[in-house]
Amino acid sequence: MSYDVAVIGGGMVGTAIAYGCATRGARTVLLDQGDLSLRAARANAGLIYSQGKGEGLPAYAAWTRRSIDLWPDFAAMMEAASGRSIGFRQRGVIAYCLGHAELETRRALLHRMHNQSGGPAAPVHVIDRRELEAMLPDATLGPRVVGATYSPRDCDVNALPLLRALYAGFLQAEGVHLPECTVGRIAPVGTGFAITSDRDTVHAGKVVVACGLGIPALAPGVGLRAPVRPVRGQMIVTERLTPFLPIPGSGVRQIHEGVVQIGTTTEEGLTTPATTVGDLARMAARAVKVIPALAQARLVRSWAGIRPMTPDGCPIYQQSPEHPGAFVAVCHSGVTLCAAHTGPLAEAILAGTLPADVSDLHPDRFDAHAT
Amino acid sequence: MLTRPDDGKLTFTYDGRAVRARTGDSIAAALLAAGIQVTRATPVSGASRGPYCMMGACFECLAVVDGRPSVQTCMTEVRDGMRVERQDGARGLAVGA
Amino acid sequence: MNADLIIVGGGPAGVSAAIEARARGLSVLLLDENAAPGGRIWQALEVRGAKDADDAAALDLLKAFRACGAAAHWGATVWTIEPDGVVYWSEAGASHSARGAKVLLATGTTERPVPIPGWTLPGVMTVGAAQIALKTGELVPAGQSWIAGQGPLVLLYAVQALRAGGRLAGILDLSDPAARWPALKHLPRALSAFRDLWKGVAWQREIARAGVPWIRASDLRAVGEGALREIAFRAGGETRCEPADLLLLHDGVIPSVQITRALFLEHEWSASQRSWRSVTDAWGVSSVPNILVAGDGAGIGGALAATCAGRIAALGAVCALGKIDVATRDTAAAPWRAAQARYNAVRPLLDTLYRPLPKQLDDATLVCRCEEVTAGQLRTAARIGALGMNQLKAFTRCGMGPCQGRMCGATAIEVMALARGVPVEQIEPLRTRFPTKPITLGEIAALTEDA
Repeated sequence: MSYDVAVIGGGMVGTAIAYGCATRGARTVLLDQGDLSLRAARANAGLIYSQGKGEGLPAYAAWTRRSIDLWPDFAAMMEAASGRSIGFRQRGVIAYCLGHAELETRRALLHRMHNQSGGPAAPVHVIDRRELEAMLPDATLGPRVVGATYSPRDCDVNALPLLRALYAGFLQAEGVHLPECTVGRIAPVGTGFAITSDRDTVHAGKVVVACGLGIPALAPGVGLRAPVRPVRGQMIVTERLTPFLPIPGSGVRQIHEGVVQIGTTTEEGLTTPATTVGDLARMAARAVKVIPALAQARLVRSWAGIRPMTPDGCPIYQQSPEHPGAFVAVCHSGVTLCAAHTGPLAEAILAGTLPADVSDLHPDRFDAHAT
Repeated sequence: MLTRPDDGKLTFTYDGRAVRARTGDSIAAALLAAGIQVTRATPVSGASRGPYCMMGACFECLAVVDGRPSVQTCMTEVRDGMRVERQDGARGLAVGA
Repeated sequence: MNADLIIVGGGPAGVSAAIEARARGLSVLLLDENAAPGGRIWQALEVRGAKDADDAAALDLLKAFRACGAAAHWGATVWTIEPDGVVYWSEAGASHSARGAKVLLATGTTERPVPIPGWTLPGVMTVGAAQIALKTGELVPAGQSWIAGQGPLVLLYAVQALRAGGRLAGILDLSDPAARWPALKHLPRALSAFRDLWKGVAWQREIARAGVPWIRASDLRAVGEGALREIAFRAGGETRCEPADLLLLHDGVIPSVQITRALFLEHEWSASQRSWRSVTDAWGVSSVPNILVAGDGAGIGGALAATCAGRIAALGAVCALGKIDVATRDTAAAPWRAAQARYNAVRPLLDTLYRPLPKQLDDATLVCRCEEVTAGQLRTAARIGALGMNQLKAFTRCGMGPCQGRMCGATAIEVMALARGVPVEQIEPLRTRFPTKPITLGEIAALTEDA
């Protein structure tokens, strides 16, 4: 059986690309590991977030903007296809500032983004405490909250139902899901590729390596390059609370089931998805400084996910120069870019190219900065 | 129904109604002795729930105790004068620090 | 605070380990969330007093524990253990921590869930729950109280309740008649625990003499609107409905793995007990050298076997910490091992006779009580690509509630196994997380002062 496209990696990036290909009529196979593979997708805070994206790399800001523009229609399509809510809301995102130093740091960031070619990925401005209180009438803010930066067009979504909807949509579009495979080798064969896993070998005209931290092992074999390193993120979730926080914050957000998600940490080089009391305590302490009443809420569980981080934190997309038809795609913000991945990225891959938007997101940019 | 001949000398209230208890009783045991099997309505569907395991594992027996929500009543000892209320759906956070 | 040995759980295994460790010169800290030692089987024994020889022996053990010089904290809920042996617990709304050179987990069991239609109705509880209510509050069944399920605890509780003045409308024996013949091959070995077997027979007769109907039944449903009103079941080839205001379910017990899974310890599937348990060596040492597991939490054996396991684990720790040599350790452990083997002799018979009830769940039956996820929703998730319990959790929220899988994990994995057509042990089980039980954000935030 030969496929048009083989996607390696069933996380947020791979599943989105596979969905985009299958729903455009391509015979698509998605190779995926098992239940416990390092699923970055499950460590995601669910924000569709623009603030600070692409500082120093305007193409990333523009690509983020494109995805956010596409998200509302994409969300509607996901909900229609899966028949269930994915919790999509477009109410903006708040980045709380505790103390004036934090506010000034963020103000300076906004200033730099505004001055950059193309500007910030999405509109963002500083708001003071009074405006913040007016936006959140049911939440009493802690005394150290001096204000925030607010990006009104940003959104949030429930990452797990989103992933589920992508899977369901992929299968509905007659995509083939091969689970519990660990791909060991990609070999160019004729005009396509043979992808060998511990279970099987599949053949496809095109192959997309989208397996996050598994990329460095596979990419060089087909002339692809995407340096990534593991970064651990820990998160906390509370019991269900009555609704009081209608707008998500970058560190604290209440989803529609009522639970509040708090997080995340960013820890370099750790690959054990364990949580540590010190980090949980720091996250809890910050959340309580933002909204003191959260001190009474019970933390029901914490978890950690291992996520891929590129050298500059921006995505990498590449088509192999030696083996056209082989692609790599990796990013840290798989939810924000999901709409772009299912849309223009998948479409371009099927046409044997990458969107013009991402030409600066090529791995060769790392050579330019070599010292 | 679970019953006992001597309901004890302590008194607490459940949704305003006086309930007797013995020293050392868990709130859940005293409620069951009084014929009260419901301590909460779930935040998911509003279904009525009450004690199931009596050992702190199931989290069904949650109620509001002296203003504190999500208290496991099977793991909490009755004190004279305690105020216990049914927890209706998701718990709230008191406004203010 | 530091201790040579921190023991989580003050039941038979925990107190026995404490006594042994203290006798050999270790400093011991024991943490239990109840108000007093005894765990479940000896709950409130110090208050209610001994009613028979078994109780008297247990009371003596608890007295020895009280006198052994272990530091003990009651009402202490352990919520995290860091890999380097730091244990955090919550007591009276504040968190504390201590570092143990060795940490012994003796947290016992939970009841195997019995997910029948209507099992979440108020008025439906476990037999264990009723036994706790009896032991701690002298509550007895009256009115229209029914017991349903199988296992030694069904007999034991019924007898205890009747002797305490309770009344039962009936006992539904849900056990599989086909289990009888395979169980017989374990009878010879079990005969060495003749006393136990005879007790079971005697209890059955006592229940019959009290006039409590013992009904072989199947397809049990709990019925009611907001509370239990009646039960429906099949017996003698017909469907019966009986009024009910209390239904007590039981299908055996399974090791508690909340902490062991959160620590990423290695686990193994016990086919005979149809449950997961930590992998431990002959000294109770888990896959992480400073974490020990003993008692029913390492495999169901009952209270007396647990006391032996506690002693053996303590001896292992005492030796590992350099207080005794290997020869002394082995010699001291020998009688405990022999006793443990005697107590375990009846196990294969019980495990086979009372193998868990088959889970033929209607799609509409709830599996996850906290998040209200049905069997049908789990099956749908398996169909669209959930391979194991963690993906199942991600797709359905099953296991995301405060009980973190205690009530649903054992059932959900069986549903998945059937849906995927693979043996249960091939399904990746639910990963549990710290905090083991919910604590407030305020309580954990307060730790930043010393973090």
